Amino acid sequence: MIQESFAAGNSPIHRLNPTLRVVAAAAYSFIVALAHGLPTLLTSLAISIILLFFARLNLKKVFQRFTVVLGFLLLIWVILPWTYKGEIWFHLGPLAITRPGVLLCLEISLKSIAILLAMITLVSTMTTARMGHTLNRLHLPDKLVYLILITYRYIFVIEQEYQRLMRAARIRNFRPGSNLHTYRTYAYLLGMLFVRSAERAKRVHLAMVCRGFSGKFYSLQENTRGYQNWVFALLMSLSLLGLAILEISTPAILI
Amino acid sequence: MPDIPLFTLTNLNFNYPGREPVIKNLQLQFYPGERIGLVAPNGSGKTTLFHLIMGLLKPTSGSIEFLGRPAVSEEDFAAVRQKIGLLFQDADDQLFSPTVIEDVAFGPLNLGCSREEAREISLKTLEFLGLSDFADRVTFKLSGGEKKLVSLATVLAMKPEVLLLDEPTAGLDRKTKTRLIEILNGLELSYIIISHEFDFLKEIAHHIYTMEDGKITLDEELYIHHHEHAHRVGAQPHKHI
Ligand SMILES: Nc1ncnc2c1ncn2[C@@H]1O[C@H](COP(=O)(O)OP(=O)(O)OP(=O)(O)O)[C@@H](O)[C@H]1O
Ligand SMILES: [Mg+2]
Repeated sequence: MIQESFAAGNSPIHRLNPTLRVVAAAAYSFIVALAHGLPTLLTSLAISIILLFFARLNLKKVFQRFTVVLGFLLLIWVILPWTYKGEIWFHLGPLAITRPGVLLCLEISLKSIAILLAMITLVSTMTTARMGHTLNRLHLPDKLVYLILITYRYIFVIEQEYQRLMRAARIRNFRPGSNLHTYRTYAYLLGMLFVRSAERAKRVHLAMVCRGFSGKFYSLQENTRGYQNWVFALLMSLSLLGLAILEISTPAILI
Repeated sequence: MPDIPLFTLTNLNFNYPGREPVIKNLQLQFYPGERIGLVAPNGSGKTTLFHLIMGLLKPTSGSIEFLGRPAVSEEDFAAVRQKIGLLFQDADDQLFSPTVIEDVAFGPLNLGCSREEAREISLKTLEFLGLSDFADRVTFKLSGGEKKLVSLATVLAMKPEVLLLDEPTAGLDRKTKTRLIEILNGLELSYIIISHEFDFLKEIAHHIYTMEDGKITLDEELYIHHHEHAHRVGAQPHKHI
């Protein structure tokens, strides 16, 4: 079973038309991914935070969702500043920290956080079936829709299996240390994790097939057509336009 | 008993890759109206058999006929799956939508029902199972037993003619089990039910089979026992094999 912990809710964002949300999230991510100016990126971060506020999500869960990305960003911050070629900014012990290196890290961090936040608030607030239905409606090829959805679902499956395995290890008094036993246990856990997730995902798929699933998703929820959609579309278009203008009129972080 | 079996398994063989055969030359004819209980040790191939019938696993040899027509291709089985509802052994495999109502409606929607029809069917099914209050509950926050019942609802919502229930009573308390017995006896369906609980099976099955050496056999011992309770099923058509 797959947890879609953000999908349940009744915030203004949850009530928006899903097609609109997917299109908005895609356009927004596109612009933010292409942006290079500091004001643009800071503004987009602000927009993402405002969206998050309206989605009324459990902040703790949002943060948990972020930990993986934060780990990745941490890695970048540890490595890039002294390996990236360019004008040296200052020395940190034996390492020469370059200005472009730091700025690049900043750019990557702002972008990934802004995009991820927007995706969580706009896209993961709908159920898998609903998203599939939406993507079908946007005339994406069935195979592609299926691929996207299944990938998205596998992630939760893997996470859940991980929780189970860790619980199984913990109740038998497994305490990680820096010894061979720990490493071997982790290796087993990791191996089991992938095998079990694949097995479970396969069974979930079989259960779907048994209930007549043939690649197309249908949704029980009716798509809303209220004025909120127009307001959101207008605000989002204005924000995107604003971001684009800001981007053109300000210099890039890295020149 | 109508002449034409719902499904016929002939000389069915199956083994998981690189393993000993699980199903060996299995024969089974299943007629409309039959209610079979299947009791067999762990690992004897019960779940495997169900998955073969549904076309989720492909037999290494032998044939599966549905209503007299061989089922081979994926399309054949797609039609079979509309008629046969499988309840998975692990309810976690079956439920994947966030809310109960959406999960129950998944099947009807796939079968081409409109949104309103699907919602109505789902609500009716939930009501029939006494689960009306569950419609808007989040599936992954249900208890194990509740998940089992909701899984049953997802299967029944497809209006199958045959049910294959893989250990429906596992993890149910006495009260819920009694309710399940009432529900099953109130349905006009044929079914095969896997269970390790004889007390449960004798309430709902006409015959109790077992699996041995990859084959299905009528369990003589349980059969005799069963006949001591024959009055319970006295009104039902009787068949000896
Ligand atoms: N995916 C698989 N790959 C390899 N072997 C399997 C797989 N699934 C089951 N088996 C093996 O096939 C045999 C039959 O399994 P099956 O799940 O059908 O048993 P079962 O009768 O349903 O048992 P239980 O009462 O425990 O549910 C077992 O020996 C099992 O180890
Ligand atoms: Mg089994």
